[in-house]
Amino acid sequence: MSHWLTPEEWTAVRLSLIVATTAMLASLPPGLAVALLLARGRFWGKSLLDAAVHLPLILPPVVTGYLLLVGFGRRGPIGQFLYDWFGIVFSFRWTGAALACAVMGFPLMVRAIRLSIEAIDRKLEAAAGTLGANPAWVFLVVTLPLCLPGIIAGMILCFAKAMGEFGATITFVSNIPGETQTLPSAIYTFTQVPGGETGAMRLTLISIAISVAALFLSEVMARLVGRRIAVE
Amino acid sequence: MTAPVLDIAVRRRLGDFLLDAAFQSHGRLTALFGASGSGKTSLVNVIGGLVRPESGHVRVEGETLVDTGKGIVLPPHRRRLGYVFQEARLFPHLTVRQNLLFGHWFVPRAVRKPAELDMVLDLLGIDHLLKRRPGALSGGEKQRVAIGRALLAQPRLLLMDEPLAALDEARKAEILPHIERLRDEVRIPIVYVSHSLTEVARLATTVAVVEEGRIAACGPTAEILSRIDLASRPGAPEASSVLSAEVTGFDEAFGLARLSTPAGKLVIARGTLKAGQHLRVRIMASDVMLSLAPPERTSALNVLPGTVSEIGERSGEGGSTVHLHLDCAGQALVVRLTAKSVAALDLSVGKPVYAIVKSVSVETP
Repeated sequence: MSHWLTPEEWTAVRLSLIVATTAMLASLPPGLAVALLLARGRFWGKSLLDAAVHLPLILPPVVTGYLLLVGFGRRGPIGQFLYDWFGIVFSFRWTGAALACAVMGFPLMVRAIRLSIEAIDRKLEAAAGTLGANPAWVFLVVTLPLCLPGIIAGMILCFAKAMGEFGATITFVSNIPGETQTLPSAIYTFTQVPGGETGAMRLTLISIAISVAALFLSEVMARLVGRRIAVE
Repeated sequence: MTAPVLDIAVRRRLGDFLLDAAFQSHGRLTALFGASGSGKTSLVNVIGGLVRPESGHVRVEGETLVDTGKGIVLPPHRRRLGYVFQEARLFPHLTVRQNLLFGHWFVPRAVRKPAELDMVLDLLGIDHLLKRRPGALSGGEKQRVAIGRALLAQPRLLLMDEPLAALDEARKAEILPHIERLRDEVRIPIVYVSHSLTEVARLATTVAVVEEGRIAACGPTAEILSRIDLASRPGAPEASSVLSAEVTGFDEAFGLARLSTPAGKLVIARGTLKAGQHLRVRIMASDVMLSLAPPERTSALNVLPGTVSEIGERSGEGGSTVHLHLDCAGQALVVRLTAKSVAALDLSVGKPVYAIVKSVSVETP
């Protein structure tokens, strides 16, 4: 494939895959935690948390990107803290692109997982408790396996969103080839220069191929899991 | 004296409903018997730890599970009780084998015994299901797997909350013998919740009658089922006498079996009975007629001589009904007559009578 694409295009594809995978894996633990809180928790400010999680879905991506820039930039309050204490830098790095993608994909992931947790029959968890499983084990061996289809769906949605994220990423970390130039940014760049049509088309086809592959993979996994969890 | 199997006194308000139940039981199978909404399930949920009592105690064979006075309320997973629910509640993502061994895995190492999987499979007749998933089982099979799962958790007490209520008659008949074997062969006491008098008469050694969140009566099955004061109340199920019997012989020509019971000899349809078999028979109070002289030239085969030992208050619509106890060779027999018959025969305590039994139901095949 490397002699079919130019090195710059190849870099953009690889970077996109890395950014999307990182965004998906990094949002999974907090996504699961927030989904659990929203599905099961009873606390003051639950609707506030719900609204905050869904915010990136309804805000213009540029606004989300700008807020990230203000908050996580080198001089932003959170960005400065992370740099001073952990040496983590987000602005104009691929990590920043991953953060932007994760934030944009987060509501989709939480929603999918939350729905599957809410669909679990809590009587099964009570039954597991009477059989000697403490709450942590009940979560691990009953709750988690039963909401696995939702978790898989959430991960795929988040990955797909990350592959296509453009507005927030370009606003937060710009469009630097080799560092923050993901597939959509690269396609955008091609459309801005004369004679870039073939490059844009090549990347578009790759983008479609990756999305279809992800969808196909999720179908296969969902079917495998679904066969195991045939509803009683 | 050994500690009772169950020693319970709990109080808990659930909306408008007040659960305020106290009883002790020494029986191997204690039935919590009562109408729907009487609080049976709430009571069993308190024992199982799914409902927390406001005050009171729950002790199983001397072990304290709840004692609010001492601030002890064990969470469900530390009570080591086997709970069989009305719906089987099998884990859909696990195979039958994994479901069965689920609880065994959580038994504390210090007390864990090797899984008696073979014994349980044989007891419940489910060895052919091991590799399947719950989704592919029938209702009766699911319930048997659920019972096996509870047993393999090595419980100190088995709680069964109307385990047959969701099943049709054929499935009930399929499971009842397994529960009997459980009661007789496995050394685990059972609490069995039911609103079915048939199930209670067949299975229970002790009955606790639950009424509006309180225990109206508690005692040995035969005594509770034949109690006049309980049967005389409006809406109460009909009283009956439960007798233990042994098959002593057959009347081959007519397809009948002869039984010997403490109250006397009985003859019933042979069915599948075997010589020497021990069983329980039940005689409904309304299936007994009384005669002052030995009945002659009647179709009745079963006539038990006895004396009137107790005459209850008039009850039923317009006070038309009277319940009586007979003493038949030391065995109590409950009889329901109209008040008019009692007056016509001039029945009084101590009067010798002949009980004509119209029908005997076999509770243990």
